[in-house]
Amino acid sequence: MTGYRRKEMLWSLLFVTPPVLGFLIFGLAPLISSLGLSFMSWDMMSPAKFIGLDNFGKLAQDEKFYKSMYNTFYLLLGIPLGMIAAMALALMMNRPLKGVSLFRTIYYIPVISPIIAVSLLWQWLLNYDYGIINEFIWKIFGVQGPNWLGDPNWVKPSFLLMGLWGGVGGTMVLYLAGLQGISSSYYEAAEVDGAKRWHQFRFITLPLLSPIHFFVVVMGVIGTFQSFSQMYILAADGGPEYSGATIVYYIFQEAFKYFNMGFASSVAWVLGVIIFILTLIQFRFSKRWVYQD
Amino acid sequence: MARERRLMNSLIYVLLLAGSIVMLGPLAWTLSTSLKTQQHVFDVPPQWIPKPSTWSNYTDVWSKAPLLHGFLNSAIVVVAVLSVGLFVASMAAYSFAKFHFPFKEGIFLALLGTMMIPYSVVMIPQYIGFSELGWVDTLLPLIVPGLFGNIVTIFFFRQFMQGSIPNDLIDAAKIDGCGYFRTFATVALPIAKPAIAAQAALGFMGIWNDFMGPLIYLHTPERQTIQVLIASMQSNYISTSNYPSLMAASLIALVPVIIVFFMAQRYFIESLAISGIKG
Repeated sequence: MTGYRRKEMLWSLLFVTPPVLGFLIFGLAPLISSLGLSFMSWDMMSPAKFIGLDNFGKLAQDEKFYKSMYNTFYLLLGIPLGMIAAMALALMMNRPLKGVSLFRTIYYIPVISPIIAVSLLWQWLLNYDYGIINEFIWKIFGVQGPNWLGDPNWVKPSFLLMGLWGGVGGTMVLYLAGLQGISSSYYEAAEVDGAKRWHQFRFITLPLLSPIHFFVVVMGVIGTFQSFSQMYILAADGGPEYSGATIVYYIFQEAFKYFNMGFASSVAWVLGVIIFILTLIQFRFSKRWVYQD
Repeated sequence: MARERRLMNSLIYVLLLAGSIVMLGPLAWTLSTSLKTQQHVFDVPPQWIPKPSTWSNYTDVWSKAPLLHGFLNSAIVVVAVLSVGLFVASMAAYSFAKFHFPFKEGIFLALLGTMMIPYSVVMIPQYIGFSELGWVDTLLPLIVPGLFGNIVTIFFFRQFMQGSIPNDLIDAAKIDGCGYFRTFATVALPIAKPAIAAQAALGFMGIWNDFMGPLIYLHTPERQTIQVLIASMQSNYISTSNYPSLMAASLIALVPVIIVFFMAQRYFIESLAISGIKG
């Protein structure tokens, strides 16, 4: 190897050193310590104690663990809801209409808005007595609207509603990009064959958008399993009967309210493994339905 | 046919318009509420145009909570992480995109693997580590990890550089006696500008809107970021049912983001195109 080549290689290695260090210090090391911690009991005051699998035994009997797990899975419903709404919007916007870019901007504003501000705003919109949403329900249907954030049955639907409002614009932009990537020759050919509009959608548009569906589902699952901020604002202490707590909220409480660092780590590992498995399954299945050109 | 098309287009306009009202309605209602007096906020039926209207809620929350500190703290984190982090990320991306070195693929895959690690798994050991260093209640835990370059950004830059920096250009610079770092700084970096701008816009949103990290680390009000301050509004600064002030506070947190969004809108759209998730 010439001296020049060697020097270039060393420079290249130097350039990638910071992210590698970052990976070791803030990724790998905490990951390993977190696994270690999950076999310990530690409150950051008294010395840590090794307790084997006790944390996992404890969480298997903890009602809050099951509830927060159930709540988190429930919120996955937001993914198909968001996809359908976003796809409908994208289809409508994918035409040569005047002012489409303005519409796109309007639908995108909630996406970039800070989730804390958005949650506070929805706390007011969803107010049982004076919220504007219940006011509309009263005006249109003549019935008292639900106690959104106070009734254990309505807390999660509230999150879905807010998530739809806040997220649909982002997914829509992805679908728009996808639609613009589909060559018009497919539709022309279908037209010649006399395919109806619905069939064109069902057999051309929908399958050719599958890489977008896949991306949205994968990111949606990861995002849902990490949701926290809106629960922190809208469901103080987990909400009525813990109906609004997600798994990350549960971890947060155990770690930073009760300082059960070992136990919280064990829950975090369970979460990590679940996310890993779900993502793996999705990639496995993707070969069957995601269209690659 | 043309008639049918026109009818269809009008129908779509109406639908999109109705949707826009649903999207903007909550924001308009927030604005309206923030301009009301506490006596009139629970009026039935609710008034969209507040009468009487007042700006006092804004001055009120501004004087009760240290919001200026909040803005400054958020700005410090954003500027520090973006200026160093984006530079470091572009260096790594340049190296990954254009050169060969031992274990290149392995290193890249390991870095990509960090994307799979949920924050909640690493946050507890990170917290313990930072508290040993005495960094709790400072901005350092929010800044320092960001200085090492974010893998999503590196990935994005790498894609961009692979496509838009010709190898010939690098070779030409070499022949002219340009060193590795200078080639990067004077040839690669200027070409990567649009990608950097796109990531800066996205990064700003992500860091500015971040909540969980700042919530865990920052306890003294004067040291908190704007999001943490706004989130603790009801428990620390105003009464729970003071919705006019609460809405004023949320708008104060929201407006800077919307301004940046409108200024950098182009880059948001571009970033989607560059990242190639179009399929």
